[in-house]
Amino acid sequence: MLRRIAPQGGIAGVTLYFEGAAVTVPAGTTVAAALLQAGAASFRDTAVTGSPRGPYCMMGVCFDCLVEIDGQPNRQACLTVALNGMRVERQRGAALLDPKAGEGA
Amino acid sequence: MKSFDAIVVGGGMLGAAVSYGLARARLRTALVDEGDVAFRAARGNFGLVWVQSKGDGCPEYAAWTRRSADDWAEFARELKDRTGVDVGHSRKGGFDLSFTEEDLRQREGLMTRLHDQAGGAFRFEMLDHRQLSELLPGLGPGVVGGSFCPLDGHANSLYLLRALHTAFQGLGGAYFPGSAVTRLAAKNGAFEVETGYQTLAAGRVVLAAGLANRDLAPQLGMEMPVHPLRGQIMVTERVRPFLDHPTAHVRQTVEGGLLLGDSKEDVGFDDGTTAPVMKEIARRATRAFPFLKSARIVRAWGALRVMTPDGFPVYARSAAYPGAFAIACHSGVTLAAAHAGPMADCIVGGRLPDDVAVLGPERFHAA
Ligand SMILES: Cc1cc2nc3c(=O)[nH]c(=O)nc-3n(C[C@H](O)[C@H](O)[C@H](O)COP(=O)(O)OP(=O)(O)OC[C@H]3O[C@@H](n4cnc5c(N)ncnc54)[C@H](O)[C@@H]3O)c2cc1C
Ligand code: FES
Repeated sequence: MLRRIAPQGGIAGVTLYFEGAAVTVPAGTTVAAALLQAGAASFRDTAVTGSPRGPYCMMGVCFDCLVEIDGQPNRQACLTVALNGMRVERQRGAALLDPKAGEGA
Repeated sequence: MKSFDAIVVGGGMLGAAVSYGLARARLRTALVDEGDVAFRAARGNFGLVWVQSKGDGCPEYAAWTRRSADDWAEFARELKDRTGVDVGHSRKGGFDLSFTEEDLRQREGLMTRLHDQAGGAFRFEMLDHRQLSELLPGLGPGVVGGSFCPLDGHANSLYLLRALHTAFQGLGGAYFPGSAVTRLAAKNGAFEVETGYQTLAAGRVVLAAGLANRDLAPQLGMEMPVHPLRGQIMVTERVRPFLDHPTAHVRQTVEGGLLLGDSKEDVGFDDGTTAPVMKEIARRATRAFPFLKSARIVRAWGALRVMTPDGFPVYARSAAYPGAFAIACHSGVTLAAAHAGPMADCIVGGRLPDDVAVLGPERFHAA
């Protein structure tokens, strides 16, 4: 469905892991573009009804591209550049903040 | 010239509520709104349906607020039935948190005055840190105590605005967006309302143009001494529900986002945001709930409150031109049920509700 139109020639590749599977893209590619290239259509489930969502605007305004990156939830995949070794997971439902995390602070 | 039974000027929180009420009472009603270039508090507020702290020194306003808060659940249900829009109303009581013993004492003083003034109809509890911690998970050690009022609630004010507009149009109301009213005139017992595009006529006119009421109301012999007071608000990413009750400065929406607010700045007609104020809002929110430090902010905005000299609503009926009204208040979300209900019903009959007779602009001239 999605096809890369910019030539890849000469640009070094980086490899990230999406739900454990390696995805290699040219350096400078966003995480969203990398996952789309890998064939992922849905990146997250919505917080309230759990319906699937994927990137819509690709420019940081719709928040439909949220993923978990290296353990941090709710990252906008379209605004994050892919780096070697990144671990990317789908954002499943609302992120959990731990009320106990601030205790004793 | 198109003519109606009533014209409402301003499609914000007050205008949308009143025009819905007028249309429900079968008045052929036109709702005329300027649009995005106007200052629109209805689109930038905090969404509290708030009773505690309202009406100190004005028992009539306190009672009007309680009445609206009591009617809110039924009001929300009615809007849902008519439009399918769930405005996310919940009423489990709300908290106001204090960070110093002095603040807490002052808070108790205010709550006690409101209780005494209402002859017991206003209920509240003062809680210490330990009692609060049982109800609010993750409460910071810097919170010394706070007040709880079971009458408080909250709602999604953007859905509220949409539901009111949808319900109004569903009842046959005529909506004129992008239409700034430039001139108002009384002619042969009726009113003419001019926008850049057309002139509309009606036997009743209600001015609900927020901050613009100041300049519009004198054209029909009324006074509307409103001024802007800026508030800044930040919203976090959506996180799993943990906060069951709204507090005055932090609340969690049904979608999971946290609203952090809200500042009070007298900066004229500037609805921007500033780093120092946002920093202070974030500092207060993380003192209340330290674990919010790891919640990311996704949006922030400024909006102008429609403020009156004493902070209480101003409801004016024109003596020179019967049938003309002007209304303004700071708590338009809280009072939406009262504006759609008793306020609109009385305006149909050509008057203002007796319960708010003391809230006319004449009060600013009393010796
Ligand atoms: C930061 C902030 C937080 C708030 N928090 C709360 C809260 O938690 N709970 C609560 O109850 N209230 C809250 N409020 C207050 C509430 O938003 C206002 O009381 C309410 O929006 C006022 O309604 P209004 O209709 O008078 O004005 P607005 O909602 O501002 O609407 C005025 C309308 O008039 C239109 N208009 C202007 N000029 C013209 C013209 N010449 N011709 C035609 N149309 C015109 C505009 O387009 C606009 O739609 C808050 C407000 C702010 C700013
Ligand atoms: S795709 Fe819209 S914010 Fe990322």
